[in-house]
Amino acid sequence: MSSTITSITPLLACLVSLIAVLPIVLLRKSPNAREGATFVAGIIKFGLVLYMLPTVLAGTKIEYTLWQILPNIAIEFRVDGLGMLFGLVASSLWILTSLYSIGYMRGLKEHSQTRFFTFFAISLSATIGVAFSGNLFTLYLFYEMLSLATYPLVTHHQDKEARTGGRTYLTYLLTTSIGFVLPALIFVFVKTGSSMDFSPEGFLAGHISPSAALVLLLLFTFGFAKAGIMPFHSWLPGAMVAPTPVSALLHAVAVVKVGVFCVLRVFTGVFGIDYLESLDIATVVAWIAAFTVITSSLIALSQDNLKRRLAFSTIGQLSYIILGVALLSDRAVTGSMTHIAMHAVGKITLFMCAGAVFVATGKKYISQMDGLGKKMPFTFAAFTIGALSVTGLPPTGGLISKFYLVTGTVDAGQVALLVIFLISTILNAAYLLPIGYRAFFPKDKELSKTPFSWKAVEEASLPCVLPVCITSTLALVLFIKPQFLINLAGLMLGSGG
Amino acid sequence: MTEQAPIFILLFPFLTAVIVALVGLRHKSLSWPLTLVSLGASVCASLSTLAQVVEHGPIRYKLGGWSPPFGIEFHIDGLSALVAVTVSVVALLTAIYSKDNVDAETPDKSSQYYSLFLLLVSGLLGIVITGDAFNLYVMLEVAALTSYALIAMGNKRASLAAFKYLIMGTIGASFYLLGVGYLYIKTGSLNMLDIREILETAGLFNSPTILVAFILITVGVWIKMAFFPLHSWLPNCYAFAPTTSSNIMAPLVTKVMIYVMVRMVLTVFGPNYAFEILDWENIVVWLAVIAILAGSIGALAQKDLRKMLTFLIIAEVGYMVGGLWLADETGITGTIFHIISDAFMTLCVFLFAGIVFAKTGARDIYALEGMFKKMPLTMVGFLVGAFSLIGIPPTAGFFSKWYLVQGGINSGNWEYVVALLISSLINAVLFFRLIEIAYFGKKPAEGHDHHHGDDHAKVSEASFTMLLPLLSTAAILIVIGLYNKELVSVIQDFLSQFNLATSIR
Repeated sequence: MSSTITSITPLLACLVSLIAVLPIVLLRKSPNAREGATFVAGIIKFGLVLYMLPTVLAGTKIEYTLWQILPNIAIEFRVDGLGMLFGLVASSLWILTSLYSIGYMRGLKEHSQTRFFTFFAISLSATIGVAFSGNLFTLYLFYEMLSLATYPLVTHHQDKEARTGGRTYLTYLLTTSIGFVLPALIFVFVKTGSSMDFSPEGFLAGHISPSAALVLLLLFTFGFAKAGIMPFHSWLPGAMVAPTPVSALLHAVAVVKVGVFCVLRVFTGVFGIDYLESLDIATVVAWIAAFTVITSSLIALSQDNLKRRLAFSTIGQLSYIILGVALLSDRAVTGSMTHIAMHAVGKITLFMCAGAVFVATGKKYISQMDGLGKKMPFTFAAFTIGALSVTGLPPTGGLISKFYLVTGTVDAGQVALLVIFLISTILNAAYLLPIGYRAFFPKDKELSKTPFSWKAVEEASLPCVLPVCITSTLALVLFIKPQFLINLAGLMLGSGG
Repeated sequence: MTEQAPIFILLFPFLTAVIVALVGLRHKSLSWPLTLVSLGASVCASLSTLAQVVEHGPIRYKLGGWSPPFGIEFHIDGLSALVAVTVSVVALLTAIYSKDNVDAETPDKSSQYYSLFLLLVSGLLGIVITGDAFNLYVMLEVAALTSYALIAMGNKRASLAAFKYLIMGTIGASFYLLGVGYLYIKTGSLNMLDIREILETAGLFNSPTILVAFILITVGVWIKMAFFPLHSWLPNCYAFAPTTSSNIMAPLVTKVMIYVMVRMVLTVFGPNYAFEILDWENIVVWLAVIAILAGSIGALAQKDLRKMLTFLIIAEVGYMVGGLWLADETGITGTIFHIISDAFMTLCVFLFAGIVFAKTGARDIYALEGMFKKMPLTMVGFLVGAFSLIGIPPTAGFFSKWYLVQGGINSGNWEYVVALLISSLINAVLFFRLIEIAYFGKKPAEGHDHHHGDDHAKVSEASFTMLLPLLSTAAILIVIGLYNKELVSVIQDFLSQFNLATSIR
């Protein structure tokens, strides 16, 4: 059933935002035209991805070989279910984030906005490049490109804090990618001599010993540190010095999801689920992920800075995805793939709300937000929906992926990990839900009357609020219509979900 | 005409060196254009030679029609053609770049300077294309003597550094000469291919004389290439020499010596002797590991931009020595590929350091402050060079590492693999430290607005003659990366004659 067609569309989808850099830089003198270029590129990109959706849903892979770079290896694109799923998420949310960026960056009168939009566009090219990579080498290429292109975004403020955050960011990401992934990559190439194309059966079986397989698996899992698995997670809270749109798109969607996406690729495309099952080594990764889930949730509970709390929440949620794939059961893998989309939509809502609050009031700390819900009803309503989705409660999309993850754990017969899932869900609820609740129903009655001098506070500008409303609506819609995501994930299992 | 190309590679710069010296007595301003023309011609000749080698196989060019072993012979195969192209292109780019520097740093001696420069290039080219072990020594001395002078034209500390280099360089060259002498005693020939044949047919591989010759030549070459711990002459030489001198010598001199090493080991003694009979691989690879780590750590300690880069050269020499002694086909491919890519990436960062020095007059790394705003194009060039040294795809440096690491894994030399990765990481630290300074400035900007300080206003984008070579080098680095497959196929054609160990093809 897995037929393949050749088409240049994946390449175009990847390149369109890179090409957009040119008009963005040329139009730097007129911000409206410049942002217009961003939108046009965003819409074209999303359109191209959508254009490929029916083909991919029909079970056909779309391939394009760009350049034969090494004797056996080409820079090659191949769009399959997982890539399409991630591509859809990233390209659709880019448009919303662009809208949001305009409200945020102009609202705060940030400097160097041209640079900001330029590197944003480059990052998106890299993200789509990762999503549509046809082999491990291409994946690595775009992975590195993303690390470098996001550095100017993370350090946008160019102050002392940004310098430290940026340093941590690159130290973690480059050390792990050069120190772990690169040798693993070359080792795989030396041992298999293959073109390293992803395939459901993997291409490692029979080429390496079981102990080497374990080492490789760990090198890849830790090496793709964008996935934030402990102990290689601390770049993520550090990178929160970035302007909020960056945190929203890159650290809830693009960068971190690229990390887990790469890990998923390694599990499903390099090793192959069946091979991993026969080796029985994935449990090690599952337990590391489980540890990360619990620990990061506990840390998140203790954070008062909203963005930091969200960052730790992200670390935990990313490990859900890794945990899901490491369980190797069909439903758990489906759940972990759909969770990429569900969590992205929920978490981007939360981040954009945090940014909207900051733009409107200048507040960063949760303790300062008591009673703010009455002044900013839309923002906090959206926040609550986002929180429900991330926790995995109805009526949001988060429930769907969590359902698959939990039932997948039962399938895999891992009772202990099931308990971990349940505990962490309670923790998620504990650190997210009270924020929305207390915004609407402050504990202190006195505070609610005249909290500080918030008379003048009102919702942030429309470009800030509108995207938030859209993403929170999306979270609700995905509860009702999750089927196409599950189908896309199912394509990777060859069973249709 | 094209069959004479090999000699033209050498003749153009060599004769022009004399012409420049004479014409320069009257017309100083002609020196630079003459230099450019001759090097341009040399580039064409070397490219045409490369094309011939790729098409028809190795060329044996007999000087004056005298056949070996009596006459001198140029022997040009894939290896020497590639390195000759590298040398001539680097020389041409440096020459273009030198216009402002030479006038600023050695104003009254510009024609002598260009004359020496051309002689150095001829020497290096001669080393690469000759097929005669003694002729190689002569060329070695031509290159060495001119480089002593080129270094000594720098500031006060340069003369002392040049003196140290003179002593070390002479020792190295003498070792080499002695080694060649021993070979001559045993084989009665100076022609490289001839020596090899006699060694094999006469079964001389067990002779202690040959062993001594091998040791002398290897150690001599190691001294000349600054293989740790024989490196001490290098950092100060390149750091204090006039900008153009270090720009030409840093990328080329060590790399050409690596070429000599590869040539001696593979062509003259043969991999069978060097790797099977002697069985030194493990020791040499460990030495290389130490060199890589020592060079990288040494670089970390430097605050002087150019000096930091000189320590990187020492680490890179370790890459290549280790890569050769992996005794694995892919590893040696990596070494030869790295000769080319390292020449260009070293050139790239040295050109950048030269621009910074010319524009700010400062040597330390803090001179880079705010450079992204002031010289964006220069920084683009620098970034490509830096990424290449770190090993980020798709630059050339990534692919040399790719082949070298692959060789290390093939041959099971894990210590070498680890050392390469550590050194890549250290390079990342080094260059991101520079990028950070250039991006943030020493003092972080207050608030969100920009300060255009007074001292910043003076510094602007580099002049065209400086920028063009830098950006061309950056472009070359990416092109080498993208076309690495084609380069590697030339290298593997060359290596296929040696029956090296390899696990995959």
